[in-house]
Amino acid sequence: MNLHEYQAKELFRAAGMAVNPGEVADNAEAVREIAERYGGGVVVKAQVHSGGRGKAGGVKLASGPDEAAAHAEAILGMEISGLTVEKVLVCPTEEIATEAYVGVLVDREGQCPVFMVSAEGGIDIEEVAATNPDAIHKLRVDPRYGLMPHQAYRLATRLYADPALARQGAKIISQLYDAFVGNGASMAEINPLISTTGGEVKAIDAKVSIDDNELFRRPSIGALRDSGSEDGADAQAREAGLSFVKLDGNVGCCVNGAGLAMATMDLVKYYGGDPANFLDIGGSSNPDKVVAALEIITSDPAVEVILFNIFGGITRCDDVARGIVEATERIDIEVPIVIRLTGTNENLARQILADAGFTAGTSMDEVVQEAVRLAG
Amino acid sequence: MSIFVDENTRVVVQGITGRDGSFHTRQMMAYGTRVVAGVTPGKGGRGFEGPEGRVVPVFDTVADAVAETGADASVVYVPPAFAASAIMEAADAGVSFIVCVTEGIPVLDMTRTHALARDRGSRVLGPNCPGIICPGKTTLGIIPGRMVTPGPVGLISRSGTLTYEAVHHLTRDGLGQTTCVGIGGDPLIGTSFVNCLSAFADDPETEAVVMIGEIGGTAEQEAAEWVSANLSIPVVGFIAGRTAPPGKRMGHAGAIISGSAGTAAEKTRAFEDNGIRVARRPAEISVLVAEALGR
Repeated sequence: MNLHEYQAKELFRAAGMAVNPGEVADNAEAVREIAERYGGGVVVKAQVHSGGRGKAGGVKLASGPDEAAAHAEAILGMEISGLTVEKVLVCPTEEIATEAYVGVLVDREGQCPVFMVSAEGGIDIEEVAATNPDAIHKLRVDPRYGLMPHQAYRLATRLYADPALARQGAKIISQLYDAFVGNGASMAEINPLISTTGGEVKAIDAKVSIDDNELFRRPSIGALRDSGSEDGADAQAREAGLSFVKLDGNVGCCVNGAGLAMATMDLVKYYGGDPANFLDIGGSSNPDKVVAALEIITSDPAVEVILFNIFGGITRCDDVARGIVEATERIDIEVPIVIRLTGTNENLARQILADAGFTAGTSMDEVVQEAVRLAG
Repeated sequence: MSIFVDENTRVVVQGITGRDGSFHTRQMMAYGTRVVAGVTPGKGGRGFEGPEGRVVPVFDTVADAVAETGADASVVYVPPAFAASAIMEAADAGVSFIVCVTEGIPVLDMTRTHALARDRGSRVLGPNCPGIICPGKTTLGIIPGRMVTPGPVGLISRSGTLTYEAVHHLTRDGLGQTTCVGIGGDPLIGTSFVNCLSAFADDPETEAVVMIGEIGGTAEQEAAEWVSANLSIPVVGFIAGRTAPPGKRMGHAGAIISGSAGTAAEKTRAFEDNGIRVARRPAEISVLVAEALGR
């Protein structure tokens, strides 16, 4: 789950970090008031789950309240990477001397948190990694000891030659680690971490992703989810406990198991079709899940055919068959449904489907080809 | 031969009295797995009734179970909130092979858990994995026994149902398996492709290996290089997620393309560059294995 910049900054402040002030607003008038209160120049920043906000025109400097309100007018409602901007963050401008990058995420290979810092901040760190990898310093953290003070200081010295700045930097790096671990993040980033002309080090941007697996024990973090920025189908899938990713094709896919679901999409493409989605109904055979899956798939007007691919292991094919029958009784489905079922209780499943007027194949290749043909 | 476990492996089931744990314990026992103990805190001293009236003693702690029964492997079926702790308990009790089926364990928990397991010399399979099955010998986890058959192929996979799909074709085409290992769909897993390949390399009965990978991470690329440098038997690969968009988690927590890294194209290329034949469809996996074995 991604947090907005203003939410991430709150977590950083709670860890004691020096973060520039800012207030959130959802209309231009409120932005004007905030700017008046701050006095002087402000920056108006789109709060949207997307990188490249600046390039998209979602971050604007204003010299005073009128200009700030005008920028807010333009930014609110703007689309960035297909997401509508609902809120802006208004911050006083800073006298920036240097811009650095500090990030921490979980390193798959090392199976531990890893810090990445660079004195070249303010720009896309992937770009730095590609063009000048030597400018990025990495440090793996032993999760049992956490980030030790000398490690934080060493990282800070990669950013600042001035000892006064390095001390402040080390403190912020330690606080970032505390916020990362303390909130169950999978990634936490400050870009840029600035030093001001007055010799202060502070975070003026913040990015945090929370590990979804942490949410069960962190209800206050879960409450930060911005359901307004979430697609309706995504929210429905999440509530039903389904893994769902919308794609651009017209073959709706409903599969048990993530690997098989990906392989099914790939096979649709292999036979010349285009999958409309990734959807894993999981190991459970609850008919309600099948109903929810069909509702989500059919809510996409592009879908021309629905393809079920079920390999019954723990999942019982007869349960899925009952779910399909029940779902088609509960909701109107106007597109053809093609079904592949094999494994546990497949004969029983076939009978249940036959009684309801469906037929089911056993070969994944054949059924996928049939779905692609029907999708046109 | 089988890798990691065999018919003599003595298994303790953690979470044996839970819904999933009890169901799968009975399945494992019916298949022939030597389930010697169960653990559920607070239920020590009871008996768990398996198939054919066989009773498995239940203990409060893994250490008690190990002391009383000599269990040397465990299977963890406990909910995500307690699963990392269950793995650490097993490692601390000296269990050398720990299978964790549980999906949804916080990743930061697993950073500490894997570190502890390494310190204690325990091998963790998973988490978020279907387990391991040695056809005709033993099964630890949830892989349905009737799908597999003994034979010369070793199989390693990050996925559950996709493994069943591949095994289904292999079995139907007369290509049995020495061991099928589901290594798990999480970003941090205890047993890698390379760990499994290395074990298969030492197994004289394994004549070919199937590797089923997916988008996310670099484990397949590392495995490909290992194969090229160390393995003399043929390897057939499959990568799921060619149509997956970047930045989206595809069901498995570990199945995500970050930036431009971890794509199916990159993994396929790594396989092919290192002499691993790549199936384009799941059904093609057994065809390529048959060709490689000259059948």
